[in-house]
Amino acid sequence: MSPKKAKDGKVSTFEATTREGLRRVVITGAGTINALGHDVASTLAAFREGRSGISQLDFRDVDRLSIQIGAQVHDWKPEDYFNRQQILLYDKFTQFTLLAAKQAVAQAGLNFAGKLGLNSGVVLGTAAGGMNTWDENYRTVYEEGKNRVHPFVVPKLMNNAAASHVSMEYGLRGPAFTVATACASSNHAMGLAFQMVRSGAAKVMLTGGSEAMLCFGGVKAWEGLRVMSKDACRPFSANRNGMVQGEGAGVFVFEDYENARARGAEILAEVVGFAMSSDAQDIVMPSAQGAERAIRGAMQDAGLNPEDIGYINAHGTGTAANDKTECAAVAHAFGHHADRLMISSTKSMHGHLIGGTGAVEMLACIMALRDGVIAPTIGYEEPDPECALDVVPNVAREARVDAVLSNAFAFGGLNAVIALRRV
Amino acid sequence: MTNDTRSRIRSIIAEQAMLEPDQITDASTPGELGIDSLGLVETIFAIEEEFDITVPFNANEPEKSDFDITNMGTIIAAVDRLITEKAA
Repeated sequence: MSPKKAKDGKVSTFEATTREGLRRVVITGAGTINALGHDVASTLAAFREGRSGISQLDFRDVDRLSIQIGAQVHDWKPEDYFNRQQILLYDKFTQFTLLAAKQAVAQAGLNFAGKLGLNSGVVLGTAAGGMNTWDENYRTVYEEGKNRVHPFVVPKLMNNAAASHVSMEYGLRGPAFTVATACASSNHAMGLAFQMVRSGAAKVMLTGGSEAMLCFGGVKAWEGLRVMSKDACRPFSANRNGMVQGEGAGVFVFEDYENARARGAEILAEVVGFAMSSDAQDIVMPSAQGAERAIRGAMQDAGLNPEDIGYINAHGTGTAANDKTECAAVAHAFGHHADRLMISSTKSMHGHLIGGTGAVEMLACIMALRDGVIAPTIGYEEPDPECALDVVPNVAREARVDAVLSNAFAFGGLNAVIALRRV
Repeated sequence: MTNDTRSRIRSIIAEQAMLEPDQITDASTPGELGIDSLGLVETIFAIEEEFDITVPFNANEPEKSDFDITNMGTIIAAVDRLITEKAA
């Protein structure tokens, strides 16, 4: 959105509401854990260095898998963060979420006591929820033949567990729920959080998502689709050979601008637009038209023109179908400006966190706006005429960008694109 | 009732309540020990695992279950009965 001129002629980049009387929404806190690091600073350092978090998987029965690489959080010790009772009750996807939420709330400096808690909520994305809990307990009853499972199996595995525990941890008594739209889950969640704060339905929303599918059953299921790479994730490279799974969480504080300003909070970026679309076509094959409609919709919602966008964090899974479809969608949506855009896939570093992926990718968008550093697409080896965009290959780039998009396109044809602006 | 049964149950409950076993008497109620409804269900699961028994307990209607959870003494007696029935 262009800065507006106030009556005194000065350019005012911020007013409390947009032209339409909607609240402005800003990001005031961020937290993460993923294969690149246990916090935002270490993750951004890896983005700058173009470092891969993909390695040999390490968990029970991994030798029975044909896919043995992933972006796993190897040095995870829940006892460093939670007590015995909490560990019994929290699946790994909830543990990851609570850690990321703690970092985000601390950065924002928020206290939800009193009225703010009543006006605040949480909406998170996940595709599989407590997959580790499903996996362990199927093993218990089927393989080990036991006839009873721990009573916390249900509260651990349910998809809303992470959102519910975050609401309890911080006393968030407003909207609280989980969105499951496969690989677009976190973008859908953050888009809804944006809409809720923008409409005035909530003052603050904790949002983002998490996934912890790196267990025997989780990887075995993905292997069956024959879309996984056995060696590396090389989005947009002609020799790409599939996606690589990751795990982790990203959580953000989305906040009413007035509320943030009243506290003197540091603003990381402004969320300005969101759009969703559905291909309504195929359960696994993406459609360029569906993606294009979501991209155009996010810009329209934000009041941005294609020329305003400097960077797109691509969905960029590294599969043959996704990458060429996404590039076609971007080329159509941006026309001649497509050649001046930077577009990169950070999945080449943190892997595909499935339902949590958009949340970690949001960090690269904030870094682009705030630090002027574009995270690269690593593993890029050969140009592909069907992906003929500037994919920021292999090495991070310094560039000032004023507005960015984050793309997420899910199996099932579910698309969610978010637009952010520099503050 | 064997002292062994009593001691094993006290250990399970002590772990759940995050107390020392000697802080738990037969008169202690789950509420006094800070064991909530979820903790009670977990305690019963641990007892089932420890003694390889099935405890007839429905968390929806605990008072109607054929397993008296009024206090530690009634729980120990009920477990002892289940162990005896299983052996018979």
